[in-house]
Amino acid sequence: MDWGFILTQTTTQAIGITAIIYILAAIGLNVQFGYAGLLNFGQVMFVAAGSYAVGVIVLTFDLSLWLSILVAIIVATALALLLGIPTLRLRADYLAIVTIAASELFRLSVRSIAFKDTLGGAQGLNGKLGQQFHDTNPLPADFQSLPVLSWTRQDLWVVIVGWLLIAAFTVLVWLLVRSPWGRVIKGIREDEDAVVSLGKNVFVYKMQALILGGIIAAFGGIVWAVAKQSVQPDTFQPDFTFFAYTILLLGGAARVFGPIVGGIIFWFLLAGTGEFLGQAIQAGWIDFLQATDVGNIRFMLMGAGLIALMVFRPQGIFGDRKELALDAR
Amino acid sequence: MPDNFDSRAEQAKAVLASVDPRPGVPKPDPILVADHVRRSFGGLTAVNVEHVEIQRGAITALIGPNGAGKTTFFNLITGFDDANEGKWTFNGRQVAGTAPYRLARIGMVRTFQLTKALSRMTVIDNMRLGAKNQTGERIFAAIFPFLWKSQEKQIDQRAIGLLERFNLHQKVADFAGSLSGGQRKLLEMARALMSDPELVMLDEPMAGVNPALKQSLLGHIKAIREEGTTVLFVEHDMDMVHDISDWVIVMAQGQVIAEGPPDTVMKNQAVIDAYLGAHHDSNLTESGEALTEDGAR
Repeated sequence: MDWGFILTQTTTQAIGITAIIYILAAIGLNVQFGYAGLLNFGQVMFVAAGSYAVGVIVLTFDLSLWLSILVAIIVATALALLLGIPTLRLRADYLAIVTIAASELFRLSVRSIAFKDTLGGAQGLNGKLGQQFHDTNPLPADFQSLPVLSWTRQDLWVVIVGWLLIAAFTVLVWLLVRSPWGRVIKGIREDEDAVVSLGKNVFVYKMQALILGGIIAAFGGIVWAVAKQSVQPDTFQPDFTFFAYTILLLGGAARVFGPIVGGIIFWFLLAGTGEFLGQAIQAGWIDFLQATDVGNIRFMLMGAGLIALMVFRPQGIFGDRKELALDAR
Repeated sequence: MPDNFDSRAEQAKAVLASVDPRPGVPKPDPILVADHVRRSFGGLTAVNVEHVEIQRGAITALIGPNGAGKTTFFNLITGFDDANEGKWTFNGRQVAGTAPYRLARIGMVRTFQLTKALSRMTVIDNMRLGAKNQTGERIFAAIFPFLWKSQEKQIDQRAIGLLERFNLHQKVADFAGSLSGGQRKLLEMARALMSDPELVMLDEPMAGVNPALKQSLLGHIKAIREEGTTVLFVEHDMDMVHDISDWVIVMAQGQVIAEGPPDTVMKNQAVIDAYLGAHHDSNLTESGEALTEDGAR
């Protein structure tokens, strides 16, 4: 049993590229759900939009990666408008239903054979998607690895920029939620009609929150495409959105640092149980499981952990239980 | 305020004294005029108001038995529900079909029957939300605090002033959800005043409020009138209506059936019939008379 190995592997994953992608999606959800109360169950669609923007612009059209960032922002905005215009005037549950359906529609459309030439069909887009980004890598060419965390030179550069993005969006969210704008969207979460009666155009505010959250998630998609150098339609399943929600609730919704702490803990536990079980089986400590079961078992344990969280600490790590209780009245 | 009156209350009473107490009567200076407002839910006509005018600067009560359509009428006028037909003007401006948030911006602010304090926000944040034309409420300006900090200071001053008046200044930093039912009513009223409205529409301000707090609420509503704001409110509590209103409009089955000063209205046979049933005294004459006297107290 190599505890040191388990710990370094787990830590590497807890703050690694996948965690960064999910944290960005969760920051977007925090704006939408945590602050504005919009039940968006299709966050993965915005992530996919970001990834596909990179894939299509760089690979299909052979244009600049930097242009694809602009395109990702535009596409995320357009998708938010498309979803929001018919649903934001209705009750919250409608948005939930429409967004989850839309995210599946998006996935099934982009992988369809009809768009194979531009979007790559079920195989997706694979190639040197992030080359322009990796060319900017300032790390020395003979860089091997950090002392503890086992990233390659290429991955480490993605991780650094990814965390800078997380920092930038966290500051943006922090600035917004402590402003009068943030006050309005929190008011909308509490009671829409009350805010309307005070002369605020609630529809516009909800749309702004949906767009902003979508754009932040699209950046997660950009990081994904650049880091993995590939865009796979079937990685954008609805469970991505639910993991992002888990991260948000774990850290505490409507808390600026909620998504970051939630994301790190989520991936630490998920990776940690995986590494531990794998080693334990190898060492013969556990003989009733096969190494191939580990992937599923860790999600089962994660689920049990989440149930415990909801029972014993429903407000998440950062939340205020008293505040949560006010809602019940 | 004109010199020949001690208070707006007297002024309102004097002006309305010359108005003929009948349904749909024109007022000398109406702030709100509604014509042919109709709202049906399937086969049920909830509101069918031919013509009604609300006098500026007065406290007008809208009363009627349960299901008379008072709240529905409120919702229609404030844009929270869509009328099947009808036109209404606010300050002479045609506002039928206008979005509710726009109506609030031009000075018609309402409260709700089920109080809508924003629970998981502090009392002061509730108040701040009431202020109009905030630069910091625009998403791009919000990122730069120096653009809105000074305005925020003015809003805070005004909010604290109102909270002191409504005896909520001890609760500034508390969550609104931790307030009692009566305090929430006070907060909602104070919040509505943050925007300096011309017309305040209160939907059952006394519902679920204890008698002691009721008195202070009555005082606050009178004070609102003294500042020149017009008040229109829906209420069940006849004592309260009698105490503070300058004019009473009675609705039954979606229509305005009577109007007039409180004393006149409560003696009105149509009103008594609406509340007690037209044949309420046909068999039990004694109890019927007793109730009539009670109603006209």
